[in-house]
Amino acid sequence: MLKSSISIRMSGLGGQGVVTAAHIIGGAAVMDGKFSTVNPFFGAEKRLAPAESYVRISENSIYERGEIVYPDIIMVFHPHVITLGKSYTMPFYDGLKDNGTVLINSETPLDLGDEDKLNLRKRKANFFYVPATSIALEVAKTELSTNMAMMGALLAVTGIVSLENLKESLKERFGKKKFIASATTAALDDTMKAKFAKTDQLIEKNMEVVRKAGEQVNPVRNFA
Amino acid sequence: MAVKTTSQSIVEPEHLFFKAEREKQFITGSEAVKEAIKRANVDMAISYPITPQSESMHLVGDLYAQGYVKDYYRGENELGVMSAVAGASMGGVRVFTATGGQGSLRAFEMFPTWAGARLPVVCAFFCRGLNSPLTIQPDTIEIGLMLDTGMIILHAETAQDLYDMILKAFIIAEEPDVHLPIAVFADGFFVTHTREIVEIAPEDIKLPPYNPYKSPVPVMDMETPPVRQMRDPFVMKSNFISYATHASWQQEVRAAAERARKHINRYLGGLIETENEDADILFMTSGTAASQARAAIIELEKEGIKVGLVKIKSLRPFPTEDIRRIAKNKKAIIVPEFNITGWLAREIKAVVEDNSKVIGAPRVFGGMTMPVELLLDEIKKHL
Repeated sequence: MLKSSISIRMSGLGGQGVVTAAHIIGGAAVMDGKFSTVNPFFGAEKRLAPAESYVRISENSIYERGEIVYPDIIMVFHPHVITLGKSYTMPFYDGLKDNGTVLINSETPLDLGDEDKLNLRKRKANFFYVPATSIALEVAKTELSTNMAMMGALLAVTGIVSLENLKESLKERFGKKKFIASATTAALDDTMKAKFAKTDQLIEKNMEVVRKAGEQVNPVRNFA
Repeated sequence: MAVKTTSQSIVEPEHLFFKAEREKQFITGSEAVKEAIKRANVDMAISYPITPQSESMHLVGDLYAQGYVKDYYRGENELGVMSAVAGASMGGVRVFTATGGQGSLRAFEMFPTWAGARLPVVCAFFCRGLNSPLTIQPDTIEIGLMLDTGMIILHAETAQDLYDMILKAFIIAEEPDVHLPIAVFADGFFVTHTREIVEIAPEDIKLPPYNPYKSPVPVMDMETPPVRQMRDPFVMKSNFISYATHASWQQEVRAAAERARKHINRYLGGLIETENEDADILFMTSGTAASQARAAIIELEKEGIKVGLVKIKSLRPFPTEDIRRIAKNKKAIIVPEFNITGWLAREIKAVVEDNSKVIGAPRVFGGMTMPVELLLDEIKKHL
């Protein structure tokens, strides 16, 4: 709620790396010398079920916990979050602060209703689409890098963390030390690592996804 | 698996808690549990998974593989685990486990049993909603059910609290004049799955081992109460002495919890923690509801409204005198809680003299967060 603090709500589907993206962004913010807390929200853990995660970044100590009800930034990792209501927050922009930012993973603009458009206009939302999954498939040859593309778009639009520390944070998450998580997350980690002969390649390719996504963020000027 | 050994050196608890230089790490509450157990010189850990506890006991299992915990296995269910934990503790070793929500209730029978047997078990509980339909989300309703088990009950606000409380719980639990089980509660997800900065001691030091010969109850001595209940229990004799023993032993268990106050003061810096104690209106709460209150206090300050906070760290023993003293001459005491029953408001109302000023609100249950705005609205009703 502080002006010197930013909160991000990430909504996506299980297996898309929503929790991991929050982890990497939060880690990068801490490396940048800021305070950050990160937490997930999900039900029974399964692929394609709704999953949300929340990142708070601030110049000061952070006390508030749990879901972010009034985010500055909303990231939607899959159109189904909106079109099929696979979300803990409906409508997807609920609680978005005025002049906030919305980033959606989609090839083409979604067919939003008039009420949605009116509400987004009222809130003076900065609205962007990025073809995150296509970029992930094209550059890293795996849709598991969708979250990296979303982070690339986030950095391009907001500069919320430094590119350098994003890379460091990614290294820490996928580096040599085995990351302990649930069995499903561990399985996806293994799939991701199996795509690349060496960890360095995993890092480099994913950073390329980040850069490429930054170049392909498309703003929506108005909802008229 | 071959027994591995680590090259940790044993240090005085005071050194590990207060003097050793700490390193900042960006970790989850579950990882903070691992870091605490790594330095706790634990002999045995037994686990049975339940969200949101699973990750923490998985990590403790890794510590076993690395040689930091001497023995570890996965039990059949929570009642089995808590029973096995009792056996290990009676056998004279330092033991740790964790559960939460439905798991806590499934094992419930063992908690008064641990207390009655004066077992210094440390168990972490990660709160989860108990209602049907099923939920995995945070809700502190189970703490209210645990208050009268005879266990000492601490409630962590953050991953930092969780790390510190677990380590310190072993030392407090094993004091000869206490020698009781300690429950360290933390709110599921809001603490277990939240990644934040935690300051931790170096990994090459650990607590001194548990000394079972300092126990007020001899180790596995079947002829001495209360362990004698295991074979030939008093109740089978059904005479005056048996009933008198049962009555006085319950008093002794509660007296032991009372004697823990001085150790909690020494190691945790008091049963409560306060912010703006002199304000007319106070939040009085525990766990992550205290975090939400802290965020609300900052917002209210911007509007020129001064509000204080009393965070209750120890629910058993309960900080009765502190609360009574602080509540005197206050205009309102707001008790926000993450459960539908309002067990904490009930506890506070029972000790505050003019308890009409104790407001049991807001309450959030079913696993959602408590937005700061909800707290601001509540405060503004009582200005």
